[in-house]
Parts: sequence; C-alpha cells; structure tokens
Amino acid sequence: MATFFVNKERVDISPNVAGDTPLLWILRDNLNLTGTKYGCGMALCGACTVYLDGQPTRSCVTPLSSLKPGVEITTIEGLASREGKAVQAAWEKLDVPQCGYCQSGQVMAAAALLAKNKRPTDKDIDDAMAGNACRCATYVRIRAAIKEAAKAIA
Amino acid sequence: MNPMRMRPIPPSTMSRRFFLKAVAGGAGLTLGIYDAAAQMSGPGKTAGAAAAGSFEPNAFVRIGKDNTVTVVVKHLEMGQGVYTGLPTLVAEELDAAWSQVRAEAAPADASRYNNLLWGPAQGTGGSTAIANSFEQYRQAGAAARAMLVAAAAEQWKVPAASVQVKNGVVTSGTRKATFGELADAAAKQPVPTAVTLKDPKDFVYIGKDVRRTDSRAKSNGTARFTQDVKLPDMLTAVVLHAPRFGQKIAKVDSAAVNSIPGVRYVVEIPNGVAVIATTFWAAKKGRDALKVEWDPATGSKATTEQLLADYRKLAATPGKSAKKTGDAEAAIGSGAKKLDATYEFPFLAHAAMEPMNCVVKLTRESCEIWNGEQFQTGDQMAIAKYTGLKPEQVKLNMMYAGGSFGRRASSLSDYVLEAVSIAVQLVKSDKVGIPVKLVWTREDDMRAGFYRPMYVHAMRAAVDADGKIAGWHHRIVGQSILAGTAFESMMVKDGIDLTSVEGASTLPYDFAHMTVELHTTDAGVPVLWWRSVGSSHTAFSTETFFDELASLAGKDPVAMRRDLLAKHPRHLAALNLAAEKAGWSQPLAAGKADEKRGRGIAVHESFGTVVAQVAEVTVDKDNKFKVDRVVCAVDCGLAVNPDNVRSQMEGGIGFGLTAALYGKITLKDGAVEQSNFHDYPLVRINEMPAVEVHIVPSTAKPTGVGEPGVPPIAPAVANALAQATGKRFRSLPLSLA
Repeated sequence: MATFFVNKERVDISPNVAGDTPLLWILRDNLNLTGTKYGCGMALCGACTVYLDGQPTRSCVTPLSSLKPGVEITTIEGLASREGKAVQAAWEKLDVPQCGYCQSGQVMAAAALLAKNKRPTDKDIDDAMAGNACRCATYVRIRAAIKEAAKAIA
Repeated sequence: MNPMRMRPIPPSTMSRRFFLKAVAGGAGLTLGIYDAAAQMSGPGKTAGAAAAGSFEPNAFVRIGKDNTVTVVVKHLEMGQGVYTGLPTLVAEELDAAWSQVRAEAAPADASRYNNLLWGPAQGTGGSTAIANSFEQYRQAGAAARAMLVAAAAEQWKVPAASVQVKNGVVTSGTRKATFGELADAAAKQPVPTAVTLKDPKDFVYIGKDVRRTDSRAKSNGTARFTQDVKLPDMLTAVVLHAPRFGQKIAKVDSAAVNSIPGVRYVVEIPNGVAVIATTFWAAKKGRDALKVEWDPATGSKATTEQLLADYRKLAATPGKSAKKTGDAEAAIGSGAKKLDATYEFPFLAHAAMEPMNCVVKLTRESCEIWNGEQFQTGDQMAIAKYTGLKPEQVKLNMMYAGGSFGRRASSLSDYVLEAVSIAVQLVKSDKVGIPVKLVWTREDDMRAGFYRPMYVHAMRAAVDADGKIAGWHHRIVGQSILAGTAFESMMVKDGIDLTSVEGASTLPYDFAHMTVELHTTDAGVPVLWWRSVGSSHTAFSTETFFDELASLAGKDPVAMRRDLLAKHPRHLAALNLAAEKAGWSQPLAAGKADEKRGRGIAVHESFGTVVAQVAEVTVDKDNKFKVDRVVCAVDCGLAVNPDNVRSQMEGGIGFGLTAALYGKITLKDGAVEQSNFHDYPLVRINEMPAVEVHIVPSTAKPTGVGEPGVPPIAPAVANALAQATGKRFRSLPLSLA
C-alpha cells in the first residue's frame, strides 16, 4: 500500500492500483481532486503541476510507484501558502484566466516562483513559467499578476 | 422548472426583427419586444414564481429570495468572457449590484436560446455572442427591473415613477427593499410587453471594466470542465482511432486487454475501437494493449508534399470567380512594375488545452450529455438522429470548455457522436444508462482531426508609373470547410465557400481592378473552422502582398493603406490609432550592434471588427528573431467590457503568433505526423511580446472580439521581418532560414 499526504491529509492507496499510474490520475480518478489538469501526459505543458515536498512537479509523468512513502503532495485545492494566496488574488484582480484550463498549473508554478524569489524580474518570470503552456496566451497578464502578487507580499 | 417556460415558441416569432422594432421613447430606447416573455406566458399574464421560490421573469434572468441574480447564458464560455459579457447586459438594465450576479449555462433549446444572427439554432461562433445578444439580454434585465418596480409600487402604495433602483436596491422615499425581498411579489406582476432601455450615457457597467465572473473558480481549481465530470458508476473510454483518416478495421485482437485490471468493455465503433474502464489510466493501458489490423485498402492516402504540388498546379489555372471588379488582368498587364507571389499555409490543429472529451449517459428513452460545446442544438439534433431519439429526449449539460477555437463547433458533431457511439454499443449489450466519459489523449486530439485547411494563394498585381496599385489578382486553393455540412446550403454560394475567401473577397482597399478566384479541392482531410476562419490565411497573403507592393512603389506602407481606405473610415481610424500609438512616424529604436530590427503593420476586418497591429521584431546574429512589442488598435463598436476586449486582443495575438512561428500539421500517407506539444509547439511566455491595446471609441452596436485579434499578427510580424532583413515571407510558419 502506498501512503502519502495530499493537502495535509493522509492517503492510503490500495495495492490493487497499478504502480505505473501517474499521480495525476490518482489525484483525478481516485481522490476526485480535479483541479489538477491533464494536458499532454508528457510533461510538456505544465497543466498537471503539483508540489512534491514543496517542489513543483509534473504529476502526469510521476508514477505512483515513484512516490516516496510519506511524501507531502500539494495540489491547487490545498494551496494555502502566502505566495499561493497572493497569486490567486492577483489572478482574480487582473482577470488572468480565459478558458482557465491551464491556470491551476500556472498558479502552482507562479506561487513556487514567488516562494523562492520574492522580486522576480521579467527574465525570472519567463524562465520559471516557460514550461506552462497557455493556448489562450494569457501570458501578458500572467507576467503582470506575478508582479502584482510579489508587491502584495513584499 | 416553470412549466410555462417549456411552451415551444415557433422559430419565426424569435426572428431578429422583433428585437429591433424600436419606437420613440423618452431618454432611452423603447423596444416593442419582450417576445420571449410574452410567448411564454402571454402578454399581460403573470410570469409566475418558479418552484424553487425564485422570480423568473423570462428565460434569461432568475432572481432568488437569497438576492442572487442568475443570468442564463445561452453561449459557451470557452475563455472569451461571455459568462461576464451577457450578465453585464442584464445587470446594466436591471441595476443589479455586480456582486449579486451569477452566470448559469442555458440548456440546449433553439426556441428560447437561439443565436439571433443564426436563425433557429443555438450556438457560439463567428464572434457573435455579444453582437446577437446586446438588445436581447438588456431587454431581459429591463423587464425584470420593471416588474420589481411594479411590485415595490404596489406594496408601498406609491407611484411606480417614484421607485428607484440602484446597485441592487429598490427604494422610494424612505422605503427600501432588496431584489430578493421583492422576488415573490415581482413574480405576480404582469410581464411588460415593452421596456425602455437606458440611454448609453447612463450606463454603469457597459463600457466599464466589470470583473469576470469566472476568474476565481479558474484560479483555485474549482471551475468544472467536461474533463472533471464525475457521475456515479461512471466509466472512462479511450479510443484507438484509425491511423489514417477513414481507415477501416480488418481484425481486432483484444486478448491482451482483458487482463488489465479495471477494463470493463471493449467495443467496436465507427471511428475505431473503444476500451472502457473504471479509470482513465486503465482505459489507456487497455487501448495501448489492443492489436488491431487496419484494412490497407481503405483510408486517406493524403501526403502534404503531394497536396502542395497539386495545389500549386491548380493555383496556376483560373478558378471560380469569388469577386470581380473592373479588369484586373488588363490593368496588371499595362502596369509599370509587376509582382507575382505564391503563399502557402499548412493544416493547423486547434490544440485546445483540454483535449476533446464528452460524457454520455444513454438509455433507450433518453440521452444526457455533459460537454462544453459551441453548437448545442446542432449536436442535439445529430445525437437524436444517431440514436433515434427525439431532440427533446437529448439533454445537454453545458460545462466550461478548456479552449475550443472552433474545435468544439464540430459541424459533423464528430467527437460527440464518437462518445454516443460508445454508449450505443453498451446499450445494445443491455448495459443501459452507464455514464461514459470519452477522453481523448493529446495524441488523439492532434491526430484524429479536424484541422484548419491547407491553402495555397497565388497573387499578382502591378503598380503604375505613379506608384499606384493598378490591378489586384488573388487566387485561393484549398478545401471547403462547409462542404458536406449543414451549413453548405447557407454559406456556399455559386460554388464559393464564403469561409475560403472571406478577408480576400472583402478586402477594403479601393482597387478599380480586382479579381478573387477560388479552387475548392477534395483532399479528403477532415477540416474545420479555426479561430478567425478564412481570415487566418487571407489576412496574411493580402497584408504582406500589399506591403511588398508599397515597397515596389517606394511608398510608406501606412501612407499607401491610408490612400486606399478613404471609403472605410473604421479601417482608417484603427490603422491611424495603431500607427500613432506605435510611433510609426518616428524611426524604430536600433538594437545592439549585431542585431537587426524591423517594424511592420497590418490591418484586417473580421466578424465586423477592425483590428490594426504594429509589430516590432529583433533579429539576432544567429538569424533568430523575437517579437518584442505589439501595438494593437481595435474597433469593435461599443466596447461592452474594455478590459475583456484588451484580454481577447492579447490572447488573439499570442494564439496567432503560435501559427506565425510554429503551427504546422503535416500528413504522410493519410496520417498526421505530429502528436503532442514537442512537435506542435505553442508560444510560451518567454516568446510573448509586450502588448498594448487601444480601443477606437465608438457608440456603434457592439461586434465581436473573440477572433479578430488573430488575423493581423502574422502579417504584421512578417512585414516587420521583411523590413529588418530585406527578405519577403510567403509561407507560414515563418522561417528565416
């Protein structure tokens, strides 16, 4: 049995669940946490971004069998850090989302950036966020909202 | 549901003219309307209170005792902001507080929720959501307001004229009530047969930056897309599609599938073989374990190189006339300097972030669908036809769409019917009423159709001794998007598919001699509208060719456009605004010593909206380029929500930039060669230019903004690159090699 924590709650996954099942589908199909999205299945788009022990990780290529026992997983539903809240507030204030499908991943990536770097430059933002694709191309507002969030927690 | 809302309305009574029958009236506009409400309950009758204790004056507004105002939105929210735009129209005339307003999806029902620009069909597309709803939703709000006012006047025994409504509060003198408190009484009031709309000078929401209703849910993971639908006992289906379009199955060996835990059923469907399991991962593993032999004699053999060669040959021969003014051949023949150019445009995938999917629950008497789709009633009819059910037995639950760009406006209802075909197979095996979620992988989404068609354009023109364009000859070769669909009879005229030539045949420049011709090909590749449709290619060929002619004539590209747009003041205004804000009259700042910079402009009208964009590019020593900045001017009539207009222009520019830099689907032996974002890349944040959007002030009726931001960016960038490098760019995606 795999045991870990999702959004601070203990989760026990039955040994009947195949070890090659990506964490993304454990979250979505087994735990009904659908905020984390499927976009590519190959770590190419970032829509599935969650944190493993605080590190942004592509859950679509993270098999269940690779999870360390007791690992702390944070999904968009459990994002409660100061940076996370500031990012969500800025996203709302600037109306960043259009279709919204990629935005859980964008918010997770942006909050992870601010956790490491309180005052990111445009270059820092581009480097940190280039792995997260947005087909609606909300990038102009993502950039502005990250700066807005940085200001709010400065 | 209020049973009175179910009374069918003859489609003819819902025609647009009813909503435009204006009569003189005070400061605002009085419209002889309210058909929707009148038809539901009869003029002078009461609308009645709904079972849930809310006030439903009409099909578009519901006011709860909890003081919420729910606006029933008839269009799909796919990112364009319609769940904010239509509620804004209601809130404006209702004088609601924005914080009490909610958006809710309308059911599929062409009698109440048709697109007024499309006739008796409900659907979203062609950037029409605000344009067709502008009066309708305002009238709905005004009618609700009138009934609240009447209820307050009756309760308080004061003249209706003394009752004020502001920011969600109804007052008269010292009396005060919320909408919720008046909901019951308002429901007993007669439905007005005519309402007075506000004078635009009194608008409190329209023209202001009202915040989106969906931003919070889309920032915290709670917004629900089709992908997120979960129903009791629901199974997930993943389909093995034919490698080539239309290829038939020869033999299926599913032995290896049955041993995969979680797999429940394997069914053959017209599009391939579906594996149905308890989870996505089990279904996908099952699909990957299938061994299917495909009949080599069947299916498309289309190959991009061969199609291109065929198209180029066709482009050298006369096509069907789409537009003819004067005598372009003779004018070009007598011109001083001639220019010939051939343009090539690849197939493009929509590649919405949410791959196609659909949830179906089918019984022998009903079909329930959960999906975010652009053509609600078209899909409803198609499902009814496929299953043998009546349209009213097909219920549609609208979800948010994780992007669409035309893909979820499937003229043939392809992926929706694929989902239904799986459910039909289950029902045939007496597995009745099991909800099934069809999930396409990214690879399915990239490879199983449908695409913006491939096109070749041949253009010829000449400038005369005075540097004026003497004649313009434009020939387009490509597949018809509409052929074989329900739209063919409406939108294919004299053999010309209007979506193949729009933007070219409607070119605004004042040419005395102009010809546009079309060759419609039969490549057998599944094609579909793709954000901005015909303008996605015609804006590029016309606006880069024009730029090249300006260069040939030794004229400034903006000045030359101005000279030919005298009869098109909206184009002229957008062009001038973009040029002014971009500092066109000043030289472009130089780059570093080993860099070349360039600036280019393009202007294009699509869906009644005119957009001009100036792009600035830098080409580095390694011949790599970056788009640094885009200045965009837009005339979309009255901007209902200026911030959303800006947002759609920003997004349209980024979407169009992906086509300019990367977009290319190629075929080999009837199969698509690309599969995921590594070989069909999207523009990322590090490639996104700074964007400035300027809105041309207008009091004209609003047009749309979902698509018109896309067409000008590729030609503006190509023109900028031409200025930087001295080379011309005649195919997309752009390549400096």
